[in-house]
Amino acid sequence: MDKHTGMTPIVKMITEVLCGLMLVFGAFIVLYGHITPGGGFPGGVMIALVYILITLAYGRVIVERKVSGIIASVVDDIGALIFWSVGMIGLFVGGSYLFNFLGKGSPFHILSAGTIIINNIAITLKVGMCLYAIFLALAILQRVVIDEPKEEEE
Amino acid sequence: MDVRLPLFVVTPIFGAIIILLVGKWDKKIFPRVWSIITMAFLLLLIFLTWNKGTLLHFMGGWEPPYGIVLVEDSLSLLILLIINVVGFLSIVFSYSYILRYEDYLRFFSMFLLMIAGMNGVAIAGDLFNLYVFLEIASIASYALVGYGVGPEELEASFKYLILGVLASTLILFGIAIIYAATGSVSMADVARFLINNPGNRAVLLASGFFLMGFSLKAGLVPFHAWLPDAHPAAPAPISAMLSGVLIKVLGIYAMIRVFYHVIGITPMVSQIFIGMGGLSMVVGALMGFGQDDMKRLFAFSSISQMGYVMIGIGLGTPLGIFGALFHLLNHAGYKSLLFLSSGAIERETRTRKLSELGGLREKMPVTSAASVVGSLSISGVPPFNGFWSKLIILLAAFQSRNFLVAGIVVFTAFLTLTYYLRFQKNAIFGSVSEKVKGAHEAPIPMVMPLVIFAIFCLLIGVFNHTIISGIIIPAGQILLDRAGYIMSVLGGV
Amino acid sequence: MTLYFLDFVLFAIGIYALVAKRHIVKKILGVAIMEYSVNLFLILIGFKKAGVAPILTKDMDLVTFIKTAVDPLPQALVLTSIVIGLGTLALMVSIAIRLYERYGTFDMHEINRLRG
Repeated sequence: MDKHTGMTPIVKMITEVLCGLMLVFGAFIVLYGHITPGGGFPGGVMIALVYILITLAYGRVIVERKVSGIIASVVDDIGALIFWSVGMIGLFVGGSYLFNFLGKGSPFHILSAGTIIINNIAITLKVGMCLYAIFLALAILQRVVIDEPKEEEE
Repeated sequence: MDVRLPLFVVTPIFGAIIILLVGKWDKKIFPRVWSIITMAFLLLLIFLTWNKGTLLHFMGGWEPPYGIVLVEDSLSLLILLIINVVGFLSIVFSYSYILRYEDYLRFFSMFLLMIAGMNGVAIAGDLFNLYVFLEIASIASYALVGYGVGPEELEASFKYLILGVLASTLILFGIAIIYAATGSVSMADVARFLINNPGNRAVLLASGFFLMGFSLKAGLVPFHAWLPDAHPAAPAPISAMLSGVLIKVLGIYAMIRVFYHVIGITPMVSQIFIGMGGLSMVVGALMGFGQDDMKRLFAFSSISQMGYVMIGIGLGTPLGIFGALFHLLNHAGYKSLLFLSSGAIERETRTRKLSELGGLREKMPVTSAASVVGSLSISGVPPFNGFWSKLIILLAAFQSRNFLVAGIVVFTAFLTLTYYLRFQKNAIFGSVSEKVKGAHEAPIPMVMPLVIFAIFCLLIGVFNHTIISGIIIPAGQILLDRAGYIMSVLGGV
Repeated sequence: MTLYFLDFVLFAIGIYALVAKRHIVKKILGVAIMEYSVNLFLILIGFKKAGVAPILTKDMDLVTFIKTAVDPLPQALVLTSIVIGLGTLALMVSIAIRLYERYGTFDMHEINRLRG
């Protein structure tokens, strides 16, 4: 049944090739965000785009079997919680919110700049899953609205 | 350096996240209980930071003028008090009110986000964070206005959204111009730069943008199109928050903070304040007359009451400022009371139309009594709080020889009394109408906030001297002392 | 100076689309244009021709650093305001979809149950 949903085989083939590359590039942008241009937001957008691309090419059912809207929303919340926790640990350790409590390391190394890398990963989870959830919500909103009765007030 | 300040923002944000997360398993009880706990914690936090002078917090340990700084002075404290007391009582009210909707999670989550945004606006120490927090609060409120997803709610929400986004963009443009002109976004640093380098033309342009943006957020008269639609469409606790808190914090407070502390008040801006205030007062009061919808009437009266505040601020004398800030506090009390009581009445009678109501006094005695107290306060009847703040603004107008303004103040007070008497006559007194016959007293979580608000109105009115000397005068002095603000934030830097 | 002027023109186009157009999607586009013109303005403030990344290394003296480095603050501000714009846009589009379901039209003049 899966063969008949989504777009043509050409699109599916290209998506198959592209998705891995996009995912890796997104991860690179996130993990090197503190030393090169990039960071949690651009990387998160790329990772969200991977899911959106698969949704467009293969249809919603395939993707939702792997990452449903509920999982996306939970991961989204967890990302926000990680960021919050990093800030709160800073508040307890250093006396100010988002205080950099890890060692700063030497410049231009991957393990440097303290808490920034953790925050980048948290933002990636938040942004990536949030964009994907927005896409899903907008895609299914129409169906939900039609299912509801027209006048449900009172 | 005070470690407690960020908690004003991050506690409600944590509440918003955890409600969405835990709410996947417990949809009914947890969101309601946790949001009440969060608001109680915020009230405790205010109690702990009460009257400690100007408190500062440097985010991430970076010192001003380069880092992000949170400032809590007496003016912020007044605003925080308004936000969190009204927020707490509205959330308690929502405990029963929310039963008419299906989705609890997002309501409380967005409610807490709105609180976080407004708390952030109150303690922000730089212009850009002011904008960010303002947007957090606004986006949450756009969604909450359309919470019922009926046609009218969505239309009101979309209208509010369009005008709100326009306002935010104008404010951001103003901030960008200020940054281009001064090279800083820290409020104290910008203020110091502008004192040392007066006569900057770009700041005039930025003032124009700020004036339009904040007036849109506050719903003052040339820019009020969204307000009378958004207030009736929102759920009652949200109307109470919108009218009681949001338009004051995002509009009036941000405006006076920017104009008095950052840009510096000029006679021209004062004149514009007075002009918009007078227009808002008269137009709001006149529009209030013809309304049949109870909540629309309250919304127009909000516009009119914000006019009083703007006049007090525009007069610029210490007495005017004290009156304006006192009126801000009072209006938060009685307008929230009125909106919440309209929610209780609507829940029982299924209507908001004054022509279909009548004789509520017999069926819902406590709600009616609270609503009468609110109406008497807003009309300025002596023992209650509204009288004193209107009197102070009137005296300030006389003192600064603005007799036209004083005339408008008195005229509007009469108009207000008239249409609230009409509301009382049609809804609370008179014979019991068809729709009211089946009504009962609202449940305890809904009645309790009403009673507490009514007691506030009476107590603030009776002990007005204590309140004015304890809260209002320190806040007003902070507002008038621009150099003191710069000193307290930047220190000797 | 021309660039700033053109940016103001862009802002004016956004406001025009927001205020004068009847179609909801055109209004949303107007909002987007307006937001991006402000972002562009912020970027223009920090822009320097042939500027370098604002990282102060040991072999660079302060005077040339100040002369050549671009201003990093507007870029951070723009990133934040883009994220905020994204949130607003998503909310706006979803409300527009729901409005279409309720009223069956995108014309703002036909969506007029409230009097304003």
